[in-house]
Amino acid sequence: MTLQTNMLNYGGRRVVDRTLRGCTVVATAIAIIPLVLIIGYVLVVGGSSLNVAFFTQTYMPPVPADSGGAVDPATGLPADFAGIDVSGGTLADPNAPVVPAEPDLTQIQAQGGVLHGIVGTLLITLVGLLFALPIGLMAGIFLAEYPSNSLATGIRFCCDVLSGAPSIVIGVVGYTLLVQQARTYSGLAGAVAITFLMVPTIARTTEEMLKLVPHAVREAAMAMGAPKWYGTLTVVVPTALTGIVTGALLAFARGAGETAPLLLTIQGNSNLSYDLLAPMAALPLLTYKYIESPFPAENQLAWGTAFVLLLLVLGVNLLVRVVTTRIKGGV
Amino acid sequence: MSDAQAKQMALVGGFASTAAARAQAREAAAVGATKIEARAFSFFYGAFQALDAITIAIPQGEVTALIGPSGCGKSTLLRAINRMHDTTPGARAEGVLTLDDGPIYGAEVDPILLRRRVGMVFQRPNPFAKSIFDNVAYGLRVLGERNRSVISERVEWALRRAALWAEVKDRLKAPGTALSGGQQQRLCIARAIATTPEVLLMDEPCSALDPIATLKVEDLINELRGEFTILMVTHNMQQAARVSDHTAFMLMDAQTRAGNLVEFSPTGQLFTNPKDQRTEAYLSGRFG
Repeated sequence: MTLQTNMLNYGGRRVVDRTLRGCTVVATAIAIIPLVLIIGYVLVVGGSSLNVAFFTQTYMPPVPADSGGAVDPATGLPADFAGIDVSGGTLADPNAPVVPAEPDLTQIQAQGGVLHGIVGTLLITLVGLLFALPIGLMAGIFLAEYPSNSLATGIRFCCDVLSGAPSIVIGVVGYTLLVQQARTYSGLAGAVAITFLMVPTIARTTEEMLKLVPHAVREAAMAMGAPKWYGTLTVVVPTALTGIVTGALLAFARGAGETAPLLLTIQGNSNLSYDLLAPMAALPLLTYKYIESPFPAENQLAWGTAFVLLLLVLGVNLLVRVVTTRIKGGV
Repeated sequence: MSDAQAKQMALVGGFASTAAARAQAREAAAVGATKIEARAFSFFYGAFQALDAITIAIPQGEVTALIGPSGCGKSTLLRAINRMHDTTPGARAEGVLTLDDGPIYGAEVDPILLRRRVGMVFQRPNPFAKSIFDNVAYGLRVLGERNRSVISERVEWALRRAALWAEVKDRLKAPGTALSGGQQQRLCIARAIATTPEVLLMDEPCSALDPIATLKVEDLINELRGEFTILMVTHNMQQAARVSDHTAFMLMDAQTRAGNLVEFSPTGQLFTNPKDQRTEAYLSGRFG
């Protein structure tokens, strides 16, 4: 009996095995490192710009450092501008180019917070989910329970196309359909745009989850004399509920992070607003606005909003984990 | 009120009144009278003929076993009785199949109302992802029963009849899927009998169970005898011999591959003194 290492080319096979295994480890590391870096960077940089005001206040214009908001009574400008000649220089040579004093932007301090963005994002995404859930759920049920007709094939195809569509396209559609017609940007237009993005995700996950429900369960309901709609609602959907809730939560997380559709529909708002028919703020939009700001202090706020957004998405994903592990009573 | 509405009311509206009516009807109809009758009943899946002109009369209140090798059409015949094939594309029936003289494949027959009279237990236990209580209560709720005390009374009755009450009475809220395989199957039987259907179809009810659980289910079938007309498919000939009053032996035609009924006799007679050569050959293990 030779079961030992003198088997045919054992060493060679072992080298191949080790090499390939090493390749997979390296590839995994390459895939994970950027992710860890992104999350880590946002957590560190964004986390450091957080304070109580960040969560409790809305937008306030930046102020120069240490001025305490005092105003020079003579010029009406902030006190720190006192030493700067704002008259445009002497009039000795009218043709001489006016060289305005270069303000030191790093001395400008950001203030205020992003409460309006947090409220806006939550409100817009929740309203979007409210629209998307019944539509997506029923579309998913239709796709799973009545799979073999041409309408279902068409809907399935549309869902796949729609879920792969660039989100700016959705934004343009929302802009044309709602903003132009209503002649105003609004949170509602944003919510509808987000709905367009959520529906295909919810419909397809619902379909996939319902397909996992064993046929025997449907037969059992049918044999009990339950009409198809009753069996579907009382037996099939509850059996797949965990998966369906997971799909809805993931759609929510995706919707919360969307920027392009909101850019063209909600416009943004510096104040806290609960009015869905008026322009609204949202976290991704604030991130975009702050990172474009000339003031480094406001750039720092962009990381803060990114941090909050990331936290929201992570929180939802954690909730998904809890939901999927807690409710194991299903099939 | 039209006839159809009256029928609907009787079947959907008052559960208790129909249960009483059925009990009376059962006493009136002698055990052994024909409950289900097939006359030259054929069944097709598209172009394939699965059953070839079956003629059989299933007696009321007794246990009838369907035996035969795989592919002989036992399950097809069983599932034809509560029209479980309706959703199968291309499935179609020919000939006559009646329940109490009413054609099962009649144009006006609502399969949903039919299935409320003909309960079914499947090969693999398939409890719903609900509590034990809700599993058994399902059929009652399908019938529109909303009175809680009526429901819990019927649930207890069904679980007792299914010999499961003692094991689950303290955890009726536990999920039905958490029970053992044998308990799940008895739960499915309780679920099926809770609405007191007239006929109980069992498609190899013990094939997924161990011998002890099998014995319990067989005891249960003996308990339910007389109260329900039971038709069971089984691959286990000893089981057919143990629990059934009548046995039908089916065989697939070698040429057409369609299922035929070879012999239908009282169980004792079929096993000890079969009329047909092929039955004897099958029983003695010479083929199939």
